Amino acid sequence: MSDMKAIYLLVPLAPLAGAILAGLFGKQIGRAGAHVVTILGVAIAFVASLFIYQDVAAGNTFNGTVYTWMQAGGIDFEVGFLIDSLTVMMMLVVTFVSLMVHIYTIGYMSEDPGYQRFFSYISLFTFSMLMLVMSNNFLQLFFGWEAVGLVSYLLIGFWYERPTAIYANMKAFLVNRVGDFGFLLGIGLVAAYAGSLDYAEVFAKAKELSVTEMAVTGWPLLTAICICLFIGAMGKSAQVPLHVWLPDSMEGPTPISALIHAATMVTAGIFMVARMSPLFELSDTALSFVLVIGATTALFMGFLGIVQNDIKRVVAYSTLSQLGYMTVALGVSAYSAAVFHLMTHAFFKALLFLGAGSVIIGMHHDQDMRNMGGLRKYMPITWITSLLGSLALIGFPFFSGFYSKDSIIEAVHSSTIAGSGYAMFCVLLGVFITAFYSFRMYFLVFHGDERFGKAHDHAHHDHHGDHDDEEPSADHHHGLAPGQKPHESPWVVTLPLVLLAVPSVLIGFFTIDPMLFGEWFKGVILVGDNHVGLRELAANYHGPVGMAIHGLQTAPFWLAMGGVALAWFFYMKRPDIPAAIQRTFKPIHTLLENKYYFDRFNEIFFAAGARLLGRGLWKAGDQALIDGVAVNGSARLVGWVAQMSRLFQTGHLYQYAFMMIIGVFVLLTYWFNRG
Amino acid sequence: MNFVVPDFYPAAAEIFVAVMALVIMLASTFARSVARNLAYLLTQATLIAAAFITIFTMEGEVVHTFSNLFISDLLGDVLKLMIYFSTAIALLYGRGYLADRKIDKPEYYLLALLMTLGMMVMVTANHMLPMYIGLEMMSLALYTMVAFDRDSARSTEAAMKYFVLGALASGLLLYGMSMVYGATGTLEFSGVAQALYNQTANQTVLMFGVVFLVAGICFKLGVVPFHMWVPDVYQGAPTAVTLVIATAPKLAAFAMAVRLLIWALFDIAEEWQMMLMLVAAASIVLGNLAAIAQQNIKRMLAYSGISHMGFMLLGLLAGVVEGDRHFALNAYSSAMFYAISYVIMSLASFGMLILLSRAGFEAENIDDFKGLNKRSSWYALMMLFVMFSMAGVPFFIGFFAKLSVLQAVVAAGYFWLAVLAVVMSVIGAFYYLRVVKVMYFDEPVDSSPIHAAPEVRVMLSANGLAIAALGLAPQALMSLCAFALLRSL
Amino acid sequence: MLSLSHFLILGAILFAISVVGIFLNRKNLIVLLMAIELMLLSVNMNFVAFSHYLGDIAGQVFVFFILTVAAAESAIGLAILIVMFRNMRTIHVDDLDSLKG
Repeated sequence: MSDMKAIYLLVPLAPLAGAILAGLFGKQIGRAGAHVVTILGVAIAFVASLFIYQDVAAGNTFNGTVYTWMQAGGIDFEVGFLIDSLTVMMMLVVTFVSLMVHIYTIGYMSEDPGYQRFFSYISLFTFSMLMLVMSNNFLQLFFGWEAVGLVSYLLIGFWYERPTAIYANMKAFLVNRVGDFGFLLGIGLVAAYAGSLDYAEVFAKAKELSVTEMAVTGWPLLTAICICLFIGAMGKSAQVPLHVWLPDSMEGPTPISALIHAATMVTAGIFMVARMSPLFELSDTALSFVLVIGATTALFMGFLGIVQNDIKRVVAYSTLSQLGYMTVALGVSAYSAAVFHLMTHAFFKALLFLGAGSVIIGMHHDQDMRNMGGLRKYMPITWITSLLGSLALIGFPFFSGFYSKDSIIEAVHSSTIAGSGYAMFCVLLGVFITAFYSFRMYFLVFHGDERFGKAHDHAHHDHHGDHDDEEPSADHHHGLAPGQKPHESPWVVTLPLVLLAVPSVLIGFFTIDPMLFGEWFKGVILVGDNHVGLRELAANYHGPVGMAIHGLQTAPFWLAMGGVALAWFFYMKRPDIPAAIQRTFKPIHTLLENKYYFDRFNEIFFAAGARLLGRGLWKAGDQALIDGVAVNGSARLVGWVAQMSRLFQTGHLYQYAFMMIIGVFVLLTYWFNRG
Repeated sequence: MNFVVPDFYPAAAEIFVAVMALVIMLASTFARSVARNLAYLLTQATLIAAAFITIFTMEGEVVHTFSNLFISDLLGDVLKLMIYFSTAIALLYGRGYLADRKIDKPEYYLLALLMTLGMMVMVTANHMLPMYIGLEMMSLALYTMVAFDRDSARSTEAAMKYFVLGALASGLLLYGMSMVYGATGTLEFSGVAQALYNQTANQTVLMFGVVFLVAGICFKLGVVPFHMWVPDVYQGAPTAVTLVIATAPKLAAFAMAVRLLIWALFDIAEEWQMMLMLVAAASIVLGNLAAIAQQNIKRMLAYSGISHMGFMLLGLLAGVVEGDRHFALNAYSSAMFYAISYVIMSLASFGMLILLSRAGFEAENIDDFKGLNKRSSWYALMMLFVMFSMAGVPFFIGFFAKLSVLQAVVAAGYFWLAVLAVVMSVIGAFYYLRVVKVMYFDEPVDSSPIHAAPEVRVMLSANGLAIAALGLAPQALMSLCAFALLRSL
Repeated sequence: MLSLSHFLILGAILFAISVVGIFLNRKNLIVLLMAIELMLLSVNMNFVAFSHYLGDIAGQVFVFFILTVAAAESAIGLAILIVMFRNMRTIHVDDLDSLKG
């Protein structure tokens, strides 16, 4: 077993070594050196992951400590690995997508002065993500959790000369902190009541915890733990209402959007809940909470995708919506379906993002879809791969997305847990919406009239609402000059597209058997006897081909086709109709463009009520504290209190002495009243 | 009546430092031309030699001498070593700063050495008398050091405030000591503990005294509501002196708290724990909130220091729960760990301020850190370490310090206190992040290159790296604290 | 016959006077220094009284040390006062307010 341990260690350490080399010695090894070492590091990790996969498939799992960090109060803080089927699947996804993104970055960032730094960051991210998924205890999970957050913060802020990028990265960081607070509280409860941070030990005590009540309040402990942990997942996996950071984080370079905001980091929450299935299974309340949040995200974030004009934002909202699907699957105890969708989604969404990036390169960094059109002639590889990605996304039969999404819908259909009716409505309508916005994007970009190369005066006024500060700055203003034609991207860009297109199409077909209905996740993901999970689906399952053929006759397929047809009709056949609709339904359109006023609602609600939570906090933090601007408008409590507290410090000696005497009197009175 | 020659051996380090203080005084009088460098070098040499003496005379068990006035134990030795270490580093960082302002007189180093001696006496006191003498020796030296820049009105004001409030605090402490003396009939800590154990003490007089003792201790730690001097003195004192005040004296104050509260008053722990709880909660809230509103980074660090000391108290107040003393060792060692890590972080943070200052320019506003990354990415990284560590970001020592005290508090069952502390530290993270933000995302206002002596550069880098390294392997320091306490109890 | 509590009450009254002197006085810093001296003396009163009634000499020894330290403290206090007067041309407590917030 010890030889395997070395390989386990190799997986996270190889990218770390790459990151260190590229980060600290970037100047010495040069640009080529930086991408060679980091790609080599990630490639080693990928190959090692494949090797571990072989080993796990042969039935060898591992759960053990690598290094003891410290011991305090009877709780060990350790670095340990838990290698099982779930972990190894995540490792493969993370290392593969990361490898593709590394290669792609060579082309995408070729003109950027911070080239080495960028490679260093994405390798560091890969390391953190691997530590997160390979962890066997809550503490390391939390470390990985924080570290991926930190690196993503660095990466979103990568173009730090752009003011909007800084705004977005502060927002991402602070909203995530709200989630982290819940997560930390959950871990604290686990440590306090289970007396251990090791997964295996905590899971062993799950039954015991489920009947415990919390001190003082009398709340059911396990439900509290699960909801707290899930709040962490909501922050990281961008579930309503903690989703506000994800669309804004599209300010970062596109490879980051693909790696972090589509394929890996945002799925950390999903992975965590699946990992914690022995805990969540014992709390129906927590599962219903998960389900409702997920369903809401799945449907309502899809709507927002319809009105976006920035190509990356469409993909971003589609990511939110798909994360909602995964969360729904968690809520109905179909953990393996959630993880399965996580995997297929990682491939096709990375593909779509990188495709969008390739379009952006071709368009010379113009991201407005209204300036595109007819690109299929100029960028054939991007066109084909994007089409494949879109088909996978809408769940066209035989494509990987079909298998995962259909399983989720079926699982919701057979679930009896509270909220499943609502969830069913959301996911079905969501299919239609997904198809509509995906193909709206597809048609606007690759078909129709060639709208680029004209003087486009409305080009950069696509986001309204409170994001007037998102006006792209000067370096963002290029785009094609009149008469100039877009061109296909270099091979370093298109190769990853092709390599990602293959699993996007095929992986569902080949892996659905073992992952959903086979023994692959046996013993790793637990489904309680009182939950249906995927059992009903399994009973009617007759192989992937049968499922696909059956899929052709079901509602989701026709809803998806309806969405595609509608998109075709609106954006190819009668482009005047959307404009007319937009005029007719002005209020709804405004509502969507303002993202349901979520940003604003949060501001008002939290500023007035629970100020210390959520958006109110970051508003106060962002403006009053971080920017140091005096408190304005709807006076922020924290800033106000901070200013008030300064008044105590008058500078007068006698007042200081008086405070001390008051202090003594308070202590005296306190003691006399006690006794 | 027969006279017994006391055993001088355990007090060798104290005696050595006292003798060297006299030697330095004489030497700098007679060798005027080289006095500055001579005094500095001799002081550093004394501190290093004292460290060796402390290590060589370390017994590993508890030894009393000078008629039980003096106690030598592992706890004291560890704290003394930390005190030498932080004083030496503080003098190293501060030297160039003082020289730029033409105030690097030999007296400064002499005062620093006397301050160190005072702290050593406090750490090894087993009796109210040496505790008080040590405290005054430290405080009087510090008052003078604050006023060392004689031509600065601000320094003078700070010194005056520090002096008056410090004298008031000494008065409170003495009043408390007199009451405890009256209640228990003895001034010796072990005697007090014995009297409490036998329950022969007059409870009313005793508790009256304890309130005043706690007030005196809280003043030295600088916690709410005895914190008013902290921001003003930190801001007014020359940065080199602020660096001294913010580091080693915190360890001495910790030692004072441990000796008085735990050694002497352990049997009524639940009484003073309640008082400390009020004080700690108030400090964590006020420290973090007030820091947010600061533009002056010295004041900001002062308020952050107030909240850090509040956190440290969380460890001290979680020792005994409903008569159960199982948690004591763990809780007290977490407090000690917190105090030591705070000193390490504090050294680096004020060290950075000194690094950015130069003749005629004081780096003391947050804006002075603008664009530091462009001026020197290495020191920006070091400052990032310090700020993250203070904010309690994982992987840095500050995180483990916070984690261990919070764990102690949770183990003692004070959930509300733990939640309050976590919420406030999340709010507190903003002002640390603000510094990081201006360093990395703002344009520098001042693009002059950074000048510093090579030894300062090396030491500051080592200091910053230590914050990260101890975060990766905190176990050694953690067990050292626990071991020292275990062998001394 | 004077009892212990008489002395303690005297000590407490002196202590209270000195404390009040510190935070009520907004004019002259020298009065502040005097209040500090008075505070230390009130503590001495306590120590001596306890020492006498307990029949323990340690308290009286402590008093000598307090007196010595008080002398040193006054010396430093006056020195700071002189520096302050040189810098600010005032010894009003009220004028010490440039450091605040």
